Amino acid sequence: MSDLLSNFWILLAIKLVAIAALVPVSALVIGTAELKISAHMQSRIGPYFAGGRFGWAQLIADGIKFFQKEDIIPEDADRQVFRWAPALVLLSTVALFVVIPFSPTLIVRDLDLGVFYVLAISSISTIGVLMAGWSSANKYSLMGGLRAAGQLIAYELPLVLAVVGVVIQAGTMSMVGIVEAQASFEVFGTIAVPYVAVQFVGFLVFMTAALAELSRIPFDLPVAESELVMGFVTEYTGFRFLFFFLGEYASMFSMSAIAATLFLGGYHFPGLDPAIWGPVVLVAKIFFLAFLMIWFRWTFPRLREDQLQTFAWKWLIPVSLANIAVTGVFKVVF
Amino acid sequence: MLDPSVLHHLSEAAVAIELETPDMTLNIGPQHPSTHGVLRLVAKVDGEQVYDVQPVIGYMHRGYEKISEVRTYPQIITLINRIEWVSGYANEIPFLVAVERIMGLEVPERAQYIRLILTELTRLSSHLMFMGSYPLELGASTPLMFALRERERVLDLIEGVTGGRFHPNFNRIGGVKPAAGAGPSQKKLVQDLPKGFLEDTRDAMDRVLSTSDELEDLIAGNEVLLARTKGVGILPPEVAMAYGVTGPNLRASGVDFDLRKRSDYLPYDQLDFKTAVTETGDCWDRWWVRLVEIRESARMIKQAVDQIPSGPLQAKVPRVIKVPKGEIYVRAENPKGEMGYHVISEGGQVPYRVKIRSASFNNISILPHILERILIPDIVAIMGSLDFVLGDVDR
Repeated sequence: MSDLLSNFWILLAIKLVAIAALVPVSALVIGTAELKISAHMQSRIGPYFAGGRFGWAQLIADGIKFFQKEDIIPEDADRQVFRWAPALVLLSTVALFVVIPFSPTLIVRDLDLGVFYVLAISSISTIGVLMAGWSSANKYSLMGGLRAAGQLIAYELPLVLAVVGVVIQAGTMSMVGIVEAQASFEVFGTIAVPYVAVQFVGFLVFMTAALAELSRIPFDLPVAESELVMGFVTEYTGFRFLFFFLGEYASMFSMSAIAATLFLGGYHFPGLDPAIWGPVVLVAKIFFLAFLMIWFRWTFPRLREDQLQTFAWKWLIPVSLANIAVTGVFKVVF
Repeated sequence: MLDPSVLHHLSEAAVAIELETPDMTLNIGPQHPSTHGVLRLVAKVDGEQVYDVQPVIGYMHRGYEKISEVRTYPQIITLINRIEWVSGYANEIPFLVAVERIMGLEVPERAQYIRLILTELTRLSSHLMFMGSYPLELGASTPLMFALRERERVLDLIEGVTGGRFHPNFNRIGGVKPAAGAGPSQKKLVQDLPKGFLEDTRDAMDRVLSTSDELEDLIAGNEVLLARTKGVGILPPEVAMAYGVTGPNLRASGVDFDLRKRSDYLPYDQLDFKTAVTETGDCWDRWWVRLVEIRESARMIKQAVDQIPSGPLQAKVPRVIKVPKGEIYVRAENPKGEMGYHVISEGGQVPYRVKIRSASFNNISILPHILERILIPDIVAIMGSLDFVLGDVDR
């Protein structure tokens, strides 16, 4: 058994299958959660019949439906770019799962520059969005794509700067290293507290910027359906549309996982053995953050483009810079 | 072969031409998720900036004015409540009053009160629809569900009296339709309103009032929504009056003009109510005026329910309605604004000419004026705040 696991290729195959299963499953679970939670927030019932009880199979049925749809490519579209854009979006999401540590050992690859990798990979999806917007030969799509690009530039900075505080404090960029640093991080007394206790400014900035990265309300300008019809996905049908959909919910999962790892102590919880309980603890934290995102989505309207940019450049970036300075000072003093 | 230096200049010229960014013409509609129907806006945009918007209407013209010339008066009543389908019942009132005044009919007071209650219930349903759909256009979908839940109660009340939710076809020339079981010849005044209707209405109005507080909490306490609406799409009062804007849109601009106070088409003078007027005339004020009107309408309905007199439901009218020669213009305060009918009769069963003045038509005529020099998201914010219905625009 251990011989089998130590073979590089077999291990790689296992990891690939695990990720390939985790991405759609996480997207389905969060998507269903969004349907049900939003329904109850709006005094509706939500999906009810699919699958027999509670409509648990609603999104699976939706997925099957999408595969039956015709795959329409507009006549004036840039066909190759149009075809590859959804794949690129999903690819960046899948690649994010590589560095999420579910327990000290349950991680595809613990990179030394794990945080750096996360920030770099998560920006690729915006290139996919831009490709989709450009190649659709539709003015609404184009505007959606350009809005996404503008949003990326504005919100990638606070996202990175918010993480810098954590990296300074942990002294490492490895995801497992950051969790271990939090496991031994004590502020008052003997119980280990996660970094959110001291990095709460960074946490707030990170979550806000993550919402913008995910293009969710109140930052959903790239798809703003009442203005741009459906933004960059306007011309997509069938399984290509499904790719965007899957990518959106899977990256909600992965972004929440990263936030949980960096700020909430990841797989670590005081009193629980991470080797056994790690995945459960992490998934619980992920769902807590995903719930917050769903809550925002069904509460807020969306911002205007200029307000979005003002918010990023005039508020989030200065705040996160100040956070870095304060963190640095404390790191040197204590 | 050209001189290399000329080629060099040529390429520079080409670059200069390509870098010029011409305005893009964006066709918003007629099929678009935010336009409430088949309205087409031709917008000149430069990136997110909008320079000029021209509305193109007429995709929904159904020819009600023309078809009225070949229909009898009772048939026209059925037609015209489809003009503005969100508040169908209120459309009929000014036409009925016009016809009754030409015929010289005295409508019994109880029928007038029933008309008033139903008109105000219609106003509630129309404004509640706006309360929900406006945040939806800005991206918040939860208020829609809250508002529609309440609107359903209001529609239930209307259905209880008339049997229909949107197009009740309940008015008769000279009064209202006697309820089922009470035939036109019946002398006893039973069953004109369903049993328990007055109490149910009082309870429902209390619930509407509490829901309006809930909606205020949900929407007025929302920073993002305030940022999207305050100071956006300011409509100066003199412009509004020049374009003939009426209804809540005009009152939001600070003009205290409400036909319920100024006209006597229904017994509004018996009720104590205030008109909602705000100063600025931005999108937020237009939302706020409608919220206040919901509360005022609910109060009005409560008063009307308390005061409703007993008596007959219909004036004495002949079996075949023939209107004498005459001409009249009657206008009324509809949920969307002033709605008026200019009826010309040459005698006989059909009118010679009916001119319909609908509120939404004038209300959207200011679009080119207030959609200048804004951002694309503001188009939706401003258009939604005017609360128009395309059927009312095109007729």
